[in-house]
Amino acid sequence: MSKLCSSLHRVFQGNKTQIGSANSLADQYRQYMSTRFIFLTVLAMVILFTLLYDLSEGPSSLSYGDLLKGLWSPSSLPISQQVIIWDIRLPYALMAILVGASLGLAGAEMQTALNNPLASPFTLGVGSAATFGASLAIVFDFSSFGITQTYLLPIFAFAFACLTSLIILGVANSLGGSIQSVLLFGIALMFGLNAMVGVIQFVADEGQLQQIVFWTMGSLARADLEKATIVAVVFILCLIVSLRNSWSMTLLRSGEEQAQSMGINVKRLRVTTLVRVSLVTAVALAFVGEIGFIGLVAPHIARMMIGESHRFFLIGSTLCGALLLSLASIVSKSVIPGLVLPIGMVTSLVGIPFFITLIYQHQKRHSL
Amino acid sequence: MSLTLQNISIAYGSKKILSDITLDAIKPGTLVALLGKNGAGKSTLIKGLAGLKSYQGEASLDGVELANMTQHQRLKSIGYVPQTLPQGSSLLAYEVVKSVVTLQGESTFKEQTIEDVFERLKISHLALWPMHKLSGGQRQMISLAQAIVRKPKLYLLDEPTSALDLNWQMQVLKAIREEVSSQNAIAILISHDINLALRYSDQVVLLNQGQILAEGPPKESLTVDHLAQAYNVNARIESCSKGHPIILIDNAL
Repeated sequence: MSKLCSSLHRVFQGNKTQIGSANSLADQYRQYMSTRFIFLTVLAMVILFTLLYDLSEGPSSLSYGDLLKGLWSPSSLPISQQVIIWDIRLPYALMAILVGASLGLAGAEMQTALNNPLASPFTLGVGSAATFGASLAIVFDFSSFGITQTYLLPIFAFAFACLTSLIILGVANSLGGSIQSVLLFGIALMFGLNAMVGVIQFVADEGQLQQIVFWTMGSLARADLEKATIVAVVFILCLIVSLRNSWSMTLLRSGEEQAQSMGINVKRLRVTTLVRVSLVTAVALAFVGEIGFIGLVAPHIARMMIGESHRFFLIGSTLCGALLLSLASIVSKSVIPGLVLPIGMVTSLVGIPFFITLIYQHQKRHSL
Repeated sequence: MSLTLQNISIAYGSKKILSDITLDAIKPGTLVALLGKNGAGKSTLIKGLAGLKSYQGEASLDGVELANMTQHQRLKSIGYVPQTLPQGSSLLAYEVVKSVVTLQGESTFKEQTIEDVFERLKISHLALWPMHKLSGGQRQMISLAQAIVRKPKLYLLDEPTSALDLNWQMQVLKAIREEVSSQNAIAILISHDINLALRYSDQVVLLNQGQILAEGPPKESLTVDHLAQAYNVNARIESCSKGHPIILIDNAL
């Protein structure tokens, strides 16, 4: 991935040299923007290819011809292949893209709102809070309220994720926004929440325990089209609101004091952003469990490739997240033939070295 | 249009930083140099007027209380320039300036204005550079461009030349001076380079321990005694061959 990024970066640098021949600054900037459009379009097309590849991967072999036929006209295939495509592989593959996109969006917004390049729903414990909320919903029977678990899980996950985000914001404000301190607090919070999940596991019966373990490992195995639709609706709504705020968020990146002096209510912007981050994270994770590092890695790749103007950055991070999790989904099915690894393990194995590299680079930059 | 401050007081928690700052109506086209030693309350006053700190008292621009301004009024009226912009952003310099114009809702016809500002400040070559690759001085220039492009009525400049070399200091202050005169704006400028500030300012406000020690035209309001009191230095005030007052420091007290 880093090689891909650096080669794309070189393409952009090359483009920047050509930009120098354009007339006005506005023209030069428009050309620069067009390279961003191209990058985003290419990214979207690659995601489409990985989706098709993901759909074709599995113990039962399906040709691309059958796959496309099955997607376009399901009745033209035998019922067994229809079930494989529509009930097993499509929800799995779509969920990977939707959850990846949601985490990419959440990570990008969280890093801007907290002015912290190491912030993500996973590193600051928001994912763990969602797990804790979901575990509570699994173990304690709230079905007497007339809400099915399909909706109860995201509601509980959201409530605790939101609470945690607001606590982190409070701590970030009181610590003067120190990146390391906020990160350490997030890690402490994550350990605390994981311990509480452990307590819940201790009192859970066998069936509940299985569900919680599924959650903590992160897996797409229980995805279905109804759940994917819920994730898609919440993601799209959050993306629309995020894009409406994109200029304010861009200004926030150019300086908090600047933004505030221009009448932007920075406190309100941060709180509403973190509530949105909590919602999109909790709903995404409610059905697949904890998936780490996508929310951290995707914004960094997007930032490296297309900068931080939030109109592009948010979409870029969203697409990078979708692509990363779609690739992870393929890897989870391909590593051991006939066995599907929990996708959370795959993202963690890839994400941890990236996270350590980021911390190392950050330390190096600030010790100079 | 005028800026009036009446009994402005600002505190950090229980610690009072500014007490009863009152300035009579500052007229359009005036550049005010806000002077004083470290901790005198200069930045606090600027931050209060910029909406970054709450204040007690009254501060009105054109009869509108600054604290009650809407976002649109703030965008139109106040151009705050901090000491420097944050280092870590990957935004392009052009985007930093354009984002303000877009937030004002005037994206198309101001393209030429953005271009003019970059040219006037001689920073067109930086336009497509990401902010994290610019030096502190270059980021200061972009911050200034972000303020000038809006043509505000009130500039609040918190040491806008602190990271610039001599040539750029002169150019920036000249640009601010021209902007204030041509747009009939008001600027409050903090600078630790008293001579440079005096050269371009119409009025001086000297702060000491959160209160006004002296105010008025530079030649009349700055005395050797004031400088000794405000900065703890033995100073002389001379005139250069072009008639500008020059302060020479003999020694610290």
